[in-house]
Amino acid sequence: MELFYNIGRYILLMRQSFQRPLNHRYFVRQVLNEIEAIGISSLGIVSIISVFIGAVLVIQAGYQMQNPLIPGYTLGYGVRESIILEFAPTIVSLILAGKIGSSIASQIGTMRVTEQIDALDIMGVNSASFLILPKIVAGLISFPFIVVISMLIGISGGYTSAVLWEISSSNDFITGLNYWFIPYEILYAIIKATFFSFLIVSISAYYGYYTKGGANDVGRSSTKGVVFASVAILLSNLVLTKLLLS
Amino acid sequence: MIEVKQLNKSFEDKQVLFDINLQFEQGKQNLIIGQSGSGKTVLLKCLVGLFTPDSGSIIFDGRNFTAMGLKEKKSIRAEIGMLFQGSALFDSMTVLDNVMFPLLMFSTLSKAEQIDRANFCIERVGLNDAHRKLPSEISGGMQKRAAIARAIALNPKYLFCDEPNSGLDPKTGVLIDHLIEEITYEFQITTIINTHDMNSVLEHGDNINFIYKGNLWWQGNKDEFLSTQNQELQEFIYATEVLKRLKPKG
Repeated sequence: MELFYNIGRYILLMRQSFQRPLNHRYFVRQVLNEIEAIGISSLGIVSIISVFIGAVLVIQAGYQMQNPLIPGYTLGYGVRESIILEFAPTIVSLILAGKIGSSIASQIGTMRVTEQIDALDIMGVNSASFLILPKIVAGLISFPFIVVISMLIGISGGYTSAVLWEISSSNDFITGLNYWFIPYEILYAIIKATFFSFLIVSISAYYGYYTKGGANDVGRSSTKGVVFASVAILLSNLVLTKLLLS
Repeated sequence: MIEVKQLNKSFEDKQVLFDINLQFEQGKQNLIIGQSGSGKTVLLKCLVGLFTPDSGSIIFDGRNFTAMGLKEKKSIRAEIGMLFQGSALFDSMTVLDNVMFPLLMFSTLSKAEQIDRANFCIERVGLNDAHRKLPSEISGGMQKRAAIARAIALNPKYLFCDEPNSGLDPKTGVLIDHLIEEITYEFQITTIINTHDMNSVLEHGDNINFIYKGNLWWQGNKDEFLSTQNQELQEFIYATEVLKRLKPKG
């Protein structure tokens, strides 16, 4: 029953959030600030994770492909597919669910328990739209870029690892990267990531917005936001993959 | 003037307010007092629209707030200023930005006029050097002043204060009380103050409404307050040894 209650309240909150902002210029400023908080500030962690995962993928794949019958370009091909199809959109989103989700839930939760949201409501400001919509828009704008950057850095990490430890030659790896490349896969990854960004921001904002109590409850909301956003990403990943790749 | 008629409010099975009938007069400090858990905060939150009453009506100068749609309520909300117990300043904004916020959202003033108005409000509450400071960089008393400046930025007709001097030292608490009093008389605001601070009640209670177990138990002013024969109110007033000494003999 609680699940249905939460889903219903979440849908109502989203309906309340997607309202026209009171002051458009202020809204644009908020979106730019959120792009900095959600997108730009995540580039560091995404880059570090991408480069190392790319490098490790190559080592592991190279270890499993020591059979001389397997063509040399297979390594580059396999790494490209893994990174574009799954690592960049899904794993990076799961990582960002932790970073961004907890930050959003705790920020909005703190505003709730310190009556800042009540202050907005009493002034006649639609607090849901004011607080959540700029974050959603910023997430939708930032995530495609983050995912593409993650792809580039992940593949670069893999290439460096392959050449540095002589797992594959530079030519073979690049041939593999170009082999049977389907541009739609990039679009598929961007569509998934964009959807995941909406889930991360909206679910964590939902748990923050309905926080009750004090500091402990803000922490609890933050944890719930991350856990439910992660579960939602995994479930929707299955559905989206089936829909987009079938 | 704000009129409250036959207001009832409950949460799930528990009724918190019972048939409240009240009037808050313009240009006066109207106090709501009562023990913790008596329902005074629920009453205040019903008045400002944060809670929806189960039944009854709240009428702002002839306009029935409880019967209004969202758009009409917005026009009333533009006339409301609220001072929260914890100030509720936006912690990512400076004092100036906090005070300018309602102007930015609701006024048609130019940017320069908004800054002028915000500066006037900040200086009116005596925060001349705090314009560029964040709420975390100023004291509790200064935060309350900044919150008052924000509350009066749009020239409100109604000012709601929830425990305005709680958490402050007695001297700063008195300063905040005086500031609210000055603003009430200067701008002829209908001010409603939710408090259990005896000093505020004895000094500033133009109209005092005592809430007891969710009921309006006693009404009067500061002159009638100490001589009341109402037993529950007497227990509330003379709870401390210091106040017991003020109790009229006989």
